[in-house]
Amino acid sequence: MAMKQRLELILEELERARELEALQAAIVALRDLFSVDHMVYHWVNSDGEQYGCGTYSSDWVELYVAKDYLRIDPVIVGCYQNFHPVDWKRLDWSSKAARTFQAEAIEHGVGNQGFSVPIRGPNGQFALYTVSHNCDDEEWGEFTEQHRRDLILIAHEFNKKALDFEPSRTPEQSRALSPREVDAMTLLAMGYSRAQVADTLSISEHTLRVYIESARFKLGAMNTTHAVARAMSRGLIVV
Amino acid sequence: MIRYIYANDLNNFPKLKRSMFLDRADQFKTRLGWDVQVNAQGEERDEYDALNPLYVIWEKADGTHGGSMRLLPTTSSCMVNDHFLNLTDGVRIQSPLIWECTRFCLSRDAESRTAAALMLAGGEVMCGFGVEHYVGVFDARMVRIYRMIGSSPEILGAQGEGREKISVGLWSFTDQAREAVARRAGISLELSKNWFDRSFGRAPQYALARTA
Repeated sequence: MAMKQRLELILEELERARELEALQAAIVALRDLFSVDHMVYHWVNSDGEQYGCGTYSSDWVELYVAKDYLRIDPVIVGCYQNFHPVDWKRLDWSSKAARTFQAEAIEHGVGNQGFSVPIRGPNGQFALYTVSHNCDDEEWGEFTEQHRRDLILIAHEFNKKALDFEPSRTPEQSRALSPREVDAMTLLAMGYSRAQVADTLSISEHTLRVYIESARFKLGAMNTTHAVARAMSRGLIVV
Repeated sequence: MIRYIYANDLNNFPKLKRSMFLDRADQFKTRLGWDVQVNAQGEERDEYDALNPLYVIWEKADGTHGGSMRLLPTTSSCMVNDHFLNLTDGVRIQSPLIWECTRFCLSRDAESRTAAALMLAGGEVMCGFGVEHYVGVFDARMVRIYRMIGSSPEILGAQGEGREKISVGLWSFTDQAREAVARRAGISLELSKNWFDRSFGRAPQYALARTA
């Protein structure tokens, strides 16, 4: 429970951020919260400009850039332009170049395990949110199974925030709720059960679930309760 | 067998690629009379094929297309949000946990189990990537097919009448539904998993590591 609240707090701080540096602070906090060796967020925008933040050592980042590892890193090669999350073990590490790269990464403390969430933004923007750690396969399997959903949502929160800093972007456009979503959130805030909300709006509970999930994403919340609280604190719903 | 192929890898499967776009023209233009674009080569494509979607394809024994569907994330451009907001009460359905499934297509001579095999594969994607729902656009004929294979979507909204009726629907997939669909497809869950791993890389073998 404490972890859940701390996670919500970190994401709220992230959302309020007015400067890119806040992404670095948030990613360090999240790395500590999940007790993993590293978290990294990396993006390329439509003009090919890159931005990154994360907890890798500066030695490793410098080496990575100097050796142009972007071109052989199986995580980048295997995720670029895709949109499904990947356990690093599923990637192709068979080439000599990839194995050399992996050995160097491990030497620099990246870890032998990794999980990456690729994100496809508007206008060719692409980003990758990665968690890496040093542990055995079993422990890593349990970790990713337990946290996959949170990691996917966090990855998208980072990307939404990073997009806010794109010059041509109006921050509100991705966050506005439709009237139907406002109705659903308002009724939930009033303490209606899902069945009552669905009934009141004359929709099925499945449909309601999707409207709530959609609103949750727009509000940058981790769950329904959190989403209702955010909608209220932002004045999007009035109860 | 089922293959999962991103658009930018389709060129590795020229026969499958060509026959899929031909079958799509045959289904959507010739048989259903939808207002879709068919190019000089006789292939049907739209702007979403240019967004590097993930195709789930049933490949027949001769290497050609037996059926397919097209997956896209709802967090960037997709058909439901770009064109069918009127069918979702104006709600732009967006979430990394909801993907869009469109262009569900069966070739004229598809074996009867093809549709079920595709649904089974859809479940594999959900399970493998943490997807909780699919949202999709489909016509009246598909409603019947989905019902037959035991995987009816929840209808969010519809327009038009009879054969012309277009609906936006929603799939969730329980473990029971998965087993039922696997039986209809005549494909074991193990084989289905194996096809998934062939496309996306071998799954981490925790259980094996434990007993080794």
